[in-house]
Amino acid sequence: MSYDPNCNNENCNANRAEYPLTDLLITGTEINYLFICPTKLWYFAKGITMEQENEWVDLGRFLHEQRYANEEKEVLVGSIKIDFIRRGDVIEVHEVKLSKSMEKAHEMQALYYLYYLKKLGIKARAVLHYPKLNETKEVTLDGREGEIEKAIKEVERIKSLPAPPKPVKLKKCLKCAYYELCWV
Amino acid sequence: MRKRSLTLLSDGTLFRRENTLYFENELGRRPLAVEGIYDIYVYGHVTITSQALHFLAQKGIAVHFFNHYGHYDGSFYPRESLNSGDLVIRQAEHYLDGEKRLRLARLFVRGSALNMERNLKRWKVNDGFSEELRELLEKLEGARKITEVMNVEARIREAYYSRWDGHLPEGFKIVKRTRRPPENEMNALISFLNSRLYATIVSELYNTQLVPTVSYLHEPGERRFSLALDLSEIFKPIVADRLATRLVTKRMLSKGHFREELKGVLLTKEGMKKVLSEYEKELSKSVRHPELKKNVTKKRLIRLEAYKLIKHLIGVKEYEPLVAWF
Ligand code: SF4
Repeated sequence: MSYDPNCNNENCNANRAEYPLTDLLITGTEINYLFICPTKLWYFAKGITMEQENEWVDLGRFLHEQRYANEEKEVLVGSIKIDFIRRGDVIEVHEVKLSKSMEKAHEMQALYYLYYLKKLGIKARAVLHYPKLNETKEVTLDGREGEIEKAIKEVERIKSLPAPPKPVKLKKCLKCAYYELCWV
Repeated sequence: MRKRSLTLLSDGTLFRRENTLYFENELGRRPLAVEGIYDIYVYGHVTITSQALHFLAQKGIAVHFFNHYGHYDGSFYPRESLNSGDLVIRQAEHYLDGEKRLRLARLFVRGSALNMERNLKRWKVNDGFSEELRELLEKLEGARKITEVMNVEARIREAYYSRWDGHLPEGFKIVKRTRRPPENEMNALISFLNSRLYATIVSELYNTQLVPTVSYLHEPGERRFSLALDLSEIFKPIVADRLATRLVTKRMLSKGHFREELKGVLLTKEGMKKVLSEYEKELSKSVRHPELKKNVTKKRLIRLEAYKLIKHLIGVKEYEPLVAWF
């Protein structure tokens, strides 16, 4: 059974794992957005989402189920395809990405999952695939905990602001789902 | 694929079989590509099966129903998928705080009035309206109660209608604006268009996180989606009034498109068809948006108005009602 945040049925919630760490009450998408645009992060975190994002499957939520460890899973997150594969005692997170334009955001999101898994006592590694560029890249947590902790704090700071950070018009705005909201 | 509105004017049945939605009537069975439907407007006598409704709910498609006169009856408004607790609270806050509510109510009336002025200038029948309006707008700023705001609005509207008539051909004068049931052709046409516009706005609100039942100028609960009434003040002059005027001055509609019934005048089926197709055309026309620096359809302007309202509510930018530049 998948986790439904709107479900009030006790049996359903019984399937939901306890949130392991209270300081990790943020989602992978939020980490991702932090590196794309803080304005977008604020709107998204407040539930002001845009149509194009409706089909986003929240990986963070998925992870809360902690069912990934049992089987091979494929999760679609926007244009990113994520595979969880169990290889011995190591989980592999594979992300197939279309381009490198959001590289940092995707990398940090993967890193966040690794960090999260580690806190749960699960060993994992992440591999980013760029089939169009014929490249792969491995992301490991080693020594980068500080970086992700800083990002978590920053997400929390932005989410606690009473209003969204002032938008900055850049090239990426033209392709952003929030373009009209930001600039009207 | 760009999603489109579906209008059902004829009688029939809407049902689901497997993963397809069908509309069936005496002409046959027609499959409807559900992925391409934005919302549905029902004017005919249509039977909808519960499976069809489940399917529409799943796809987030609202269905609007209209009565015999083409007046809005109600909507099938599927459970909302877009929610923002934060925004709901701010919406309520702006209602409960008297000052904040007044400010928004005034802005809706102001926007509406400036669009009326724009129309009269276009039709070259301004005839002292602007001067009168300046005075009334001052009164509006001084209004301390919603009822006062409403009174000013009524006076502006009255001044507007009396000039508008000067632009309308004989036989299509408004004379006295009547509703429910409309007493003459022009009133019937305006009411019909206003109903359709209202439903369009309900659909747009459905696609945002705004709660459609919390409103400022209109009392919440006055009608179910009273926020759509607030927003329709802005759009009635530039969508409904303009289109109604064009339809009769360009002789696209004739007396033959109307019929008299016991309770008043109404559009014939042919008349409705004509008006609805022109309405669709009108809303899909694009205008260059000065701030966004891109073309947007007139329908999209409604969504943008909702976005501006969101920004006002969360304290990003004071709401400035759309005043037609086109
Ligand atoms: S439009 Fe630009 S500023 Fe606004 S959310 Fe998108 S990227 Fe950020």
